[in-house]
This record gives sequence, C-alpha cells and structure tokens, in this order.
Amino acid sequence: MVPGEPGPSWNPIIDLQLLWSFPFMVNAFRAGTIVAVLAGLIGWFMVLRRQSFAGHTVAVAGFPGAAGATLLGVAPVFGYFGFCLAAAAVIAALPRGRDAGYREESAVTGTVNAFALACGYLFIALYKGFLGGVNALLFGNFLGITDDDVLALLAVAVVALAVLAAVGRPLLFASVDPDVAAARGVPVRALSVVFLMLLGAAVAEASQITGTLLVFALLVMPAATAQRLTARPVASLALTVLIGIVATWLGLGIAYFSPYPIGFCVTTVAFAGYLLAHAARAGRFGLPRPRLAGGAT
Amino acid sequence: MTPLTRLDDAVQPSAPPAWPSTGDPVVCLRGAAARVGGRTLWRDVDLSVAAGEFVAVLGPNGVGKSTLVKTILGLQPAAAGEVRVLGGRPGRANHRIGYLPQRRGFDATLRIRGVDVVRLGLDGDRWGIPLPGSARFARRRRAAEARVAEVIDLVGATGYAHRPIGQLSGGEQQRLLIAQALVRRPALLLLDEPLDSLDLPNQGAVAALLGHVAHAEGVSVMIVAHDVNPLLAYLDGVVYLAHGAAVTGTPDEVINGPALSRLYGSPVEVLCTSDGRLVVVGAPEPPAVHADRHADRPSGARDGSR
Amino acid sequence: MTALLGPPFLQHALLAGTAIAAAAGLVGYFLVLRAQVFTGDALSHVAFTGALAALAFGLDARVGLFAATIGIAVLMGALGRRGRADDVVIGSVFAWILGMGVFFLTLYTTTRSTANGAAGVTVLFGSIFGLSGAQAGVAAAVAVAVCLGMLLIARPLLFASVDEAVAAARGVPVRLLGYGFLVLVGACTAEATQAVGALLVLGLLAAPAGTAQRLTHRPFLALALSAGLAVAEMWAGLGLSYAIPHTPPSFAILAAAALVYAAVLVAGAVRDRRGRSRQHAVT
Repeated sequence: MVPGEPGPSWNPIIDLQLLWSFPFMVNAFRAGTIVAVLAGLIGWFMVLRRQSFAGHTVAVAGFPGAAGATLLGVAPVFGYFGFCLAAAAVIAALPRGRDAGYREESAVTGTVNAFALACGYLFIALYKGFLGGVNALLFGNFLGITDDDVLALLAVAVVALAVLAAVGRPLLFASVDPDVAAARGVPVRALSVVFLMLLGAAVAEASQITGTLLVFALLVMPAATAQRLTARPVASLALTVLIGIVATWLGLGIAYFSPYPIGFCVTTVAFAGYLLAHAARAGRFGLPRPRLAGGAT
Repeated sequence: MTPLTRLDDAVQPSAPPAWPSTGDPVVCLRGAAARVGGRTLWRDVDLSVAAGEFVAVLGPNGVGKSTLVKTILGLQPAAAGEVRVLGGRPGRANHRIGYLPQRRGFDATLRIRGVDVVRLGLDGDRWGIPLPGSARFARRRRAAEARVAEVIDLVGATGYAHRPIGQLSGGEQQRLLIAQALVRRPALLLLDEPLDSLDLPNQGAVAALLGHVAHAEGVSVMIVAHDVNPLLAYLDGVVYLAHGAAVTGTPDEVINGPALSRLYGSPVEVLCTSDGRLVVVGAPEPPAVHADRHADRPSGARDGSR
Repeated sequence: MTALLGPPFLQHALLAGTAIAAAAGLVGYFLVLRAQVFTGDALSHVAFTGALAALAFGLDARVGLFAATIGIAVLMGALGRRGRADDVVIGSVFAWILGMGVFFLTLYTTTRSTANGAAGVTVLFGSIFGLSGAQAGVAAAVAVAVCLGMLLIARPLLFASVDEAVAAARGVPVRLLGYGFLVLVGACTAEATQAVGALLVLGLLAAPAGTAQRLTHRPFLALALSAGLAVAEMWAGLGLSYAIPHTPPSFAILAAAALVYAAVLVAGAVRDRRGRSRQHAVT
C-alpha cells in the first residue's frame, strides 16, 4: 500500500493529527481497532472452519436487529447483539451434516438471509423517516460513536477474547480434524456452539463499523489474506490482526477525506490487500515460505 | 494363513486361447497410444473386443485405465495408432455406448428418484421438457416407461428405484447407474471402476450381472477394475496396463507370472489362494490387494486447492 | 374485469410479478439442484452494483442490471468450477462488489442534482408497486423469455446437473449448457431485482425451489411446482401488501415464501420422525 493515508496534506503525521483532533474520529479509531482485533481473530477461525456462509447469515440477521431496535426506540447496539447472537444460537442448534446436506442447507440459508433482510426492510418501512439510515445500517457508519459505545465494544471484545483464549487450542484441533479431536476427548460439539456465539458477538461488533452487508471486509478478508501468506497458526493470527487494523485505519482515513461510506473504504482496502497477497504468492510461486512484510503493510 | 499355490502350475496347461475372437470387433485399437499433459501413458496397445464379450482393464494406479475408456469414447484423442469403435471413429457412435464414469456417488441431498436418473439415460439429451398428458406422445411415453422398468428389473433395483437416489447405498446407486447405462440398449458398455466402494457380496452380484449382460444380451462390456477376483469367473479377456504398455489375452494368458514379469520388467508372481483368488506379488503396486483411488480422475474433480 | 384486479399499479405489479416469479421458480430449481445458490446470491450483489453504476452514469438502471448480471454470469461460467469452489473467495469478491455499489450510490446522490436519495433502497429492496405499465410489460416479456429458455434446456440441463460425465459422453453440450444457464440466472436476477430488490432476490430463487424439492422427488413435477409456488407466493405477497397498510410488497412476498418453506420443512421433519419411530416399532 501507499506509505501513508491519502489526504489533503499527504503527510501521514499531519493528517493523523488532524483526524485525531476530532473526538468522534478518535472514538471511531478506538472502536475500529477493537473491532478489527476481535473480528480478525474470530474470522481467522471462521475461515479455517469454512463457516463463512454462517458468518454471512449471522451478519444479515443484524440488519433487522438494528432496524427493529431503532423502531422500538432502543439503541441499535442492542439490536445488533441480540439478533446476531440469536442467529448464531439458531445455527448452532441446527443439525449439521458435514458435507452432506449442502443443497438443502444452502436453500435454507438463502431463504433465511433474504427473509431477515426483508424483516429489516419492514421495520424501516414502519419507522418512517428513517430511510436515509438504511445505508448506514447496511454499509457502515463511523460518525456518532460515543465513549459509552467504545466501552461497550471493548467490554464485549475483552470477554470474547478471553473465551477465545481459553478454548483456542482445542478449537484449533477441532477445526482442523474434528474426528480425531472428538476421539481424543475434545468436546467438538460444545466448542462449535461456543465458537458460533463468539462469531455472533464479533459480527455484531463488526456490523457497527462496516455495516451489515460488508462485515466480510473485517471478518474474512484479513484472515484469508493472512492464511494465504503463511501456514503457521501464530504468525497467521498475528498477521490477521495487523491487516485488520491497517485496513480499518486506512478505511477510516479515506472515509473521512472522501464522501464515500466507511464500509466501501474498508472493504476496498482489505480487498486490495487480499489481491496483493494473491499476487505476492503468485510472484513467488515455488518458494516454500514467503516473507510476510511485502504483501500487506 | 491362506494356503497359496503357484497359479502357473495350476492353470498353465489350460484350453487354447478363446480371446480375442475373430468376430467383427466392437472396439478395435491398433498400435494406439495416449498422451496426457505431455506424458505418454501407454503406447502400442492392440485390442479387439467383439460383441457379447466381457473384458476387464486392469493395472496399477495412474497407468491410464480411465484414459483408455475416454479414448474409446472419443473424449481423449489417441496420440498415435488407430482406434475404431462400433465401426467408426471414436465419439461417432456414443449414443450406442453405455458409459459409467468413475465417481463417488450421489450425495444425500440429491432429491431425484433413481428411476428419473435412469430415465435421463434414455432421453436426457433431448431439448425441452416431457409434456404432461399429451395423448400424441402417450404410446412413446409408455414404451419409454416400460423400458426403464424393464432395465431396472434387470439390475434388480425395482425395490428402491422410486426412492431419492442420494439416500440409497453405494451398491444400490451403482445398480441404478448400470441400469442407466443399459437403458438405451447399447452395443458397448464402458464401466470405470464400478466395483470400487462396493462390499464383497455387492461386487460379486454386480460382476454376475455384467457377465449376464454380456453373454445373454450380447452387449460388449469393458470394465476398468482394480481387483480382478470378483470378475474372474465371467471374463472373456483381460487388458493389463503397466509401464506404458499392455498385455491382452484371456485371463489365464495375462494374469500369470511370466506375462506380468515381462510387462513390468521385474520378477512378478501370481499366487492363487485356496478359494481361487489371485494375488499379484512383486509388482510395484499389486492390484489385487490395493483398492485406493486413481490419480488420473478428471481435473474438474480436484478443485479448491490452494 | 380489470377493475376486479384493483388499481393500475397493482395490475402492473401482478403482470410483472407473475412472470418474474415463474422465471425465478424455474431458475431457482436448478440453482438448488446444482448447489449453486451462492451463485444466485453473488449475482444479486452484482445486480445492486450494476444498477447503481448505471444510475451514476446517467443510464437507465435496467441497462446496468442486465449488463452486470449477465456479464458476471458469463465470467463465472468461464471461471468454471474454480469460481464456485471457495466460498471465502466468492464472499470476499462480492463483499467488495457490494462496497462498489455503495460507492456508485454515493456518486449518484452527490453528483446528480435530480437524484433521489432513496435510489439505493429501491434497488436493494425493490419497488414492484412503482412499475409503470410499460416497465411492467417489458419485465413480463423478458421474464417469459427466461421461462421459455429454461423450459427449452430443462431436460439436458437436468441430465448434466445430475450426471455430468455421462451427459458429456452422450453428447450433451455440458459446458455450453452451464453458460446458458448462468446467463438465464443473470437475466432472472436482474428481472427479480426490479420486483423484490437485490437483497431479497435470493429468497425468491431459493425458497420455492427448496420447498418443491422437499415436496416431490420427481424432477419435472418439482420444476413445475417450484414455478407454481413462486407465482402463488408472489400473488399472496402482493395481495397482503395491498391489503395491509405499511407492509412493503417485498417483505410480504418473502414472508409468504419463507413461511411456506418453513411449514414444509417442519412437516417433513415431523413425518421423518414419525416414520423412524414406526420403523423402530416394526424392527
């Protein structure tokens, strides 16, 4: 990427000072960083477990949640968390054949996705005058994040990360090789439920930055980029977090200096990183262990 | 321990070779070669299969058995030599060939009945949809339904043909697929590892069924197999591919120590257990004891690699 | 006669909606059968971006809709199986494409003085009651063409979907059919986007098809059922939305489709359980 944020002065230090002179931008950066770390780590496991369709469904459930909360006069945060966690619980409760059931599962998932979005649209239609807010819910908004919001995000993220740290190693085992893990006494099913709840929390957090439709930008793209660059779990996790933070910060910077929604900016930066990782990988084809620094930062 | 006897001693002074026969060949290869991705899989293969003959294609993994089938279907051009199928170039008469590709089977969520899959073998390449209730086509439709029922009965699948094919066992699916391959009354049946993934009783039953199809219905059957034992009682001929070349002949001519030793260029023994099973010993990859899958499956099946 | 069908906007909606629902039902059946529902999802995202890009450049939204969906459908066909293998790749690419849609939305609303701020919402969630008579006529004509195309290729496509290798050996143009089908999916998505919106197309494609495949194992009956269900659900949704104030038609259509599917799934699960317990009793 370019060695600094594109902005009026093209001097990264001055631009950052400018950005951070506004309290709402400081809060946006704080919130973005918290979300990037949590979403990156959870997303890494999600990509590994091939559950990105589930992540998509959970994210989509956040839209009626936020719209419904607005309709009822509650803060959208509660709607995000309530609906995302509920959707994750429903997915966890569904019986899950591993590769059997793909046809039916995709038809059901597609229907549930569309129906959730339709519900959100109903709530918005019922709540007149909210039409402009649709784009914020769907494609992200970084204005108006209060100190309390940041604290709430931080609290949820800390709890989620603590749980993730506690179950990290067996979860990795269960994700890579569920049969062997089950035979060794790892509670695979319970871990799957725990993970889906964590995923619900991470999606609810990410939705507030990138919007419901673009959570993949923070959830999937950093992890996919990192897993493209290295196969070692710890390095890959660290790289995921790094890419997520860089994408968020760059996205926030671009969004501030341009009229475009934050979701588009973060998605574009993250996607560019993903493409660069692919290019770097293709360029060094044959080398067993590509160096990490070149691709993403 | 199973007592083993040398096959050569047991069957060497047997009847004179009855294969290849002199009839008009359904499949005929002369000096044929196959090249995939710049690598020559086999060359100088001579082969002739007449009507009503049951021939097995044997050999270790990756040697080009499936490629031989594709060459006969015209999906893979021969790199050299001459290939004639049903009196013409390969691919010209595919409507008279029943083909059963190598596969894993249908997954459990495919909600299509077995009888529909068989029916597709009959008219699945026609455009449009079958018109419901049209009197003009009623007779033709009844004939089609009768043929489907007949062929399902032939393979012994009547009991479960109306259940969704994804929910059937591997053996049941395999019988329905054989019915699909047979439904058009083909002159030639090409089967790529139809016995893979079946248990022993099912292997025997499918082999017997194919033997019946060949000898009673006069259909030429070519079958790619890993394990010759379930087929042995019914086979007229064997093509053994290894080391880029092929030996063809009756089972007794091909599956013996000297013939396979010549093919591999190293000492190979064929042992016969007391229950008549053959075991090839000393070959780089003994086909009778290995049942793992091919490396040369269609490239489309191996996707998602990183 | 026409008075019975309500005001003109409802008649237009019924005309376009019926044809679009039938097309979506036919296309959706094969999407579910071929396990390509994600493709439909992806194309609906493309539809959003295409429509807004066209608006941003001052063109008719439908030009962008059809160009984008059919173009991307052909591209996905060219990528072949590799294109549908990895849901991470698909998800990333199409999240970005949605992001581009927002970009065009902003471009549209900021550069055009006449621009309507709700254009994005319209494309995302559809406005079937907003169709003019001419628009409805064109939509119905295109949808009927999609239906006819689907019916023409239905049988060989079924063969190729169920049993690709055998179909190819029998001379069915498997690859060409795959292309043709994707183009029809693209056209159908573009059509349905006008009715229920880019985000909700997926439901109209997946729900009736999933329901039909639950109800019967006969492929052509399921195909007909899928189209019939889609049309019935479309009518039910339009009727509900017309009767109940403040209910957007897109929501009512999707609600009808999702409810029917859910009812069939629950009934199937109950029957399965009962059947299993009966089997246990026998053995």
